[in-house]
Amino acid sequence: MAAGIALRMRARSEQATAATTESPLTRWLLIGTALGFLAVFLFLPLVLVFVYAFGQGISAYLAAFAEPDARTAIRLTLITAAIAVPVNTAFGVAAAWAIAKFEFKGKNLLITLVDLPFAVSPVIAGLIFVLLFGARGWFGPWLHAHDIRIIFATPGIVLATLFVTFPFVARELIPLMQAQGTEEEQSALTLGATGWQTFWRVTLPNIKWGLIYGVILCNARAMGEFGAVSVVSGHIRGQTNTMPLHIEILYNDYQFAAAFAVASLLAFLAVITLVVKSFVEWKSARTHAAVERESQGGGSS
Amino acid sequence: MSIEVQNISKTFGTFKALSSVSLNVPTGQLVALLGPSGSGKTTLLRIIAGLEQADEGSGSIYFHDEDVATQPVRRRQVGFVFQHYALFRHMSVFENVAFGLRVRPRRARPTKRDIRDRVHRLLALVQLDGMAGRYPSQLSGGQRQRVALARALAVEPKVLLLDEPFGALDAKVRKELRAWLRRLHDELHVTSVFVTHDQDEALEVADRIVVMNEGRIEQIGTPDEVFHHPQTEFVMKFLGEVNAFHCRVDSGRVQFDALELPFPQERQQIEGDARVFIRPYDVTIDTKTNGLPSVTAEVIRIHSAGPVVRLELRTATGQALAAELSQERFGTMNLQVGSNVYVRPRHIRVFTSA
Repeated sequence: MAAGIALRMRARSEQATAATTESPLTRWLLIGTALGFLAVFLFLPLVLVFVYAFGQGISAYLAAFAEPDARTAIRLTLITAAIAVPVNTAFGVAAAWAIAKFEFKGKNLLITLVDLPFAVSPVIAGLIFVLLFGARGWFGPWLHAHDIRIIFATPGIVLATLFVTFPFVARELIPLMQAQGTEEEQSALTLGATGWQTFWRVTLPNIKWGLIYGVILCNARAMGEFGAVSVVSGHIRGQTNTMPLHIEILYNDYQFAAAFAVASLLAFLAVITLVVKSFVEWKSARTHAAVERESQGGGSS
Repeated sequence: MSIEVQNISKTFGTFKALSSVSLNVPTGQLVALLGPSGSGKTTLLRIIAGLEQADEGSGSIYFHDEDVATQPVRRRQVGFVFQHYALFRHMSVFENVAFGLRVRPRRARPTKRDIRDRVHRLLALVQLDGMAGRYPSQLSGGQRQRVALARALAVEPKVLLLDEPFGALDAKVRKELRAWLRRLHDELHVTSVFVTHDQDEALEVADRIVVMNEGRIEQIGTPDEVFHHPQTEFVMKFLGEVNAFHCRVDSGRVQFDALELPFPQERQQIEGDARVFIRPYDVTIDTKTNGLPSVTAEVIRIHSAGPVVRLELRTATGQALAAELSQERFGTMNLQVGSNVYVRPRHIRVFTSA
């Protein structure tokens, strides 16, 4: 619904008349300020990352990735994302489904809980897991007795990432699914479809673009998360460092070229994510516009 | 396939949507559930479909002789048409209609060729032959509703249930489609129930009308019965405009305003305070008295644009009264605002105050 309103507003603003537009000078001033701000605070840092990364030549750049610690960090980041993203996609769809399509007690509490990771500082998110699974935490003695390592090991990093990235998919889907309602699912059921068939053939195709958008944002955060992961990782080189942690260590060791080389890889992933994201946005805006037309349609036959 | 509803109740929180409703729909009939919003008509339809569960311990629902109350929606084999069509927006018209056949378990699923033939037959039936490749967003409201109907019919339902099927369409399309639905029903003879709040729609299309109010059935009957012989004040008021007056019934005589008339209904006995109802077209207007019992009234307003002329009157005792008369009669009478006339009700109905 929010997307629909946004689209309608955009359509309206395109029809702005002379009476409602600002003078050219004001317009250019505003646009110039916005673009200038973006250039200084967003674009320039991104460019600088690449400039510094290649500052000592291409061989130094490549050498940064040849290092075993760097490879481990990249692998750990990819593993973490490979676990966190699918798990949170499944949980996100389930949570959005429950919230949007059913009425039950405690629904508002669930909506609030979904938002909790956004409200809590990532550092605190990390500390929660240390308090739970750390050596002196609640489950610490039991875990130690059974020789299971969670904190300062991969499971802890995955858990912290799961926590931090939980809201992305659910937050994206809840308004979308609420706007779509449950009538299509109900008609699928009256036509003899099972719940499973209804989900795969009716619900999922309808939320496809919103879901992909949520997954992209979730993935971007899963790869880039620093705070929460930093608390639970223990910074063991070659073992528990993800890419963001590895970059920080290199930077603190004055290995600027290597730090920026790894950073450039992370930035590159982010840029790709943004490109995919804008494609998906464009695609889902078109779908939304079609839905909009449909809901405003009716009329003559 | 007949439908038998026995003592169904439904409560939402503290709101009683249905209180012990019983209803029988004979095989092959087209029945309208008519009532204002909040009367429970849609809830009853959804309970018949299985989209809503009746309260624990309330009665049961039978299709023919089979108790279906515990069956899930998808086993009841009902065709359900939603007010807002609920077409699958990401599927073409063809895929929408074919959906119910394609989701069947493999044993029961027709071959691809059979599905294609059946979908095209249905699209021809709803007059959308050339539209198979279109998407719902490319269709008008009337076309979408016909796709929804074809989709519901594709699974060869035992009963067809329609929830305000024409409610979201504009007036002209609505009239066309309801005449078309009647013809379609005469062709297919599927037992059908449709919900509407539009009395014209119910009177024109249905074999029988179930008038509902506040979770109860007020009256069940043919369109003629409910229109000409309403059993309750609510039915009287809901099916068309009506003038209402307080009256006294005393040993078979009805006294109201300055009139006394014989008690109108057979098989009903009322004594004491009650209310009398007169339809505007059941009022005779004369400029001279002719000896029959009548009251005098003043013309307050005249609406003469339309097939009939409507008058707003005020009786000598100060009560407002609406009357209708034909254009011809109005032409012979030379009425003006402020004219005095003699008013005589031709038909009245009396109910105790609800």
